[in-house]
Amino acid sequence: MTQSYETIILEPPVAAVQLIRLNRPQAHNALTSLLLTELATALEAIASNDDIAAVVLTGGDKVFAAGADLKEMAALDMVGVLNDTRPAIWRRIYQFPKPLIAAVNGYALGGGCELAMHADIIIAGDNAQFGQPEINLGMIPGAGGTQRLIRAVGKSLAMKMVLSGEFISALEAKQSGLVAEVTVPEMTIERAMKLAQTIAQKPALAVRQAKDVLLKAFEIDLEAGLQYERKAFTILAGSDDRNEGINAFLEKRKPKYTGR
Amino acid sequence: MIFNTIEFNIDAGVALLTLNRPEKFNSFNTEMHQELRTVLKEVRSNDDIRCLLITGKGRAFCAGQDLGDRSVTVGDEAPDLGESVEKNYNPLIRAITALELPVICAVNGVAAGAGSSFALAADIVLAARSASFIQSFCKIGVIPDSGSTWALPRLVGMARAKGLALLGDKLAAEQAEAWGLIWQCVDDDKLAETSLALAKQLATQPTKGLSLIKRALKASTANSLDEQLELEKELMRIAGRTEDYREGVAAFMEKRPAVFKGK
Repeated sequence: MTQSYETIILEPPVAAVQLIRLNRPQAHNALTSLLLTELATALEAIASNDDIAAVVLTGGDKVFAAGADLKEMAALDMVGVLNDTRPAIWRRIYQFPKPLIAAVNGYALGGGCELAMHADIIIAGDNAQFGQPEINLGMIPGAGGTQRLIRAVGKSLAMKMVLSGEFISALEAKQSGLVAEVTVPEMTIERAMKLAQTIAQKPALAVRQAKDVLLKAFEIDLEAGLQYERKAFTILAGSDDRNEGINAFLEKRKPKYTGR
Repeated sequence: MIFNTIEFNIDAGVALLTLNRPEKFNSFNTEMHQELRTVLKEVRSNDDIRCLLITGKGRAFCAGQDLGDRSVTVGDEAPDLGESVEKNYNPLIRAITALELPVICAVNGVAAGAGSSFALAADIVLAARSASFIQSFCKIGVIPDSGSTWALPRLVGMARAKGLALLGDKLAAEQAEAWGLIWQCVDDDKLAETSLALAKQLATQPTKGLSLIKRALKASTANSLDEQLELEKELMRIAGRTEDYREGVAAFMEKRPAVFKGK
């Protein structure tokens, strides 16, 4: 079931968590169509693999990913961009139904920052820098940078980042809510893996519903969101794990989850 | 390496950096900043270097900014001192404090203005008995820069920091030691050998471990106890994976001196 990829490395899974490394060090992990496609393909394979419950995505020590591949970009005129396949690939990544944690050390810029924001949770090393420098090249973020950033950090900071191209540090990213946790760079992956392993032990159906409902909050209004939440909540009432969870708690014993 | 404003050489794990504009009391000019950047890059990237020793040539350690490089005459537009801080001094202090090895400064004479800040950015500061520290910024209408306003209150407390920064008086090396501004004051004729011996000794120590200690202490000034305990745990984890930790424990058990590689 192992598929080999050119631009990403899939480490052997540990405790139901798959670590994926971006692997184009010679190009600062710039995101080519190939890399994004391989990542989407890998995530889709993992989505239907019952042995893996969560994914950690990481880059290098100094660079998580430094943006889109500009050579590829330059080759596209307006019509080329219009017909670009990349938005569809990004959507495939975003639709990954299991928890996705980004472990970010160093630069996460442009498409790299956007990729990190595709993850459900970001754990950053204290050497991390986040930025959307597209404006410096006469472009704007094109993979959610204008949308996910403003939802994560608020208008003023998002505007500053997107309009000036200035980066923010891991600490600022933590303060603004872009990242969940900052640690020392040597421990970033370990912390992300540990968190992913914690999540991997939770009842899978509940985790999946929770992720789905949380992400809906960005798309629909509060009333619809509350209704959506209630529906998911109700669906879980029909699961074995939910009943096991409640019973085990009441009987003061450890629950045994089956994923059903 | 050959430079105009500094001297730099590496020997037995020790990088010796000597400020070398004695006729100008080793004051900073643009060229010196450039050369310091080059040298610090080398110190960062060269694994053979396990300790950095900084000192000055001649009677002074460093008189801070060379005002000749920045003179303002009547009718001139106001200079943007922020720009020179951003371009030169901040990167210098960031580079020095981020080095993952011990940095010793041997203050051989007067350390004034940014020269004093530069010295205090080192991990261990020794000074000749005749040396002195002067926060001279207030005398010309500017503020202590290169991290001085951050370092002073942390080293000597707010009352003394304010006294030093607002009055700009000369602080003798002995007093600096008594206040805890520096590590040690030594006789003038002993400074070079004392500091070099210390640097050589530190260059044999577990460099990676020492760099983790620096990181922990640096972070402590901004962390709560709880955050710091978390950080200690993380850094301890990293330390436990070093070759030197293994060697240190083995040497202790075998009752022999440890041989550290710095990794």
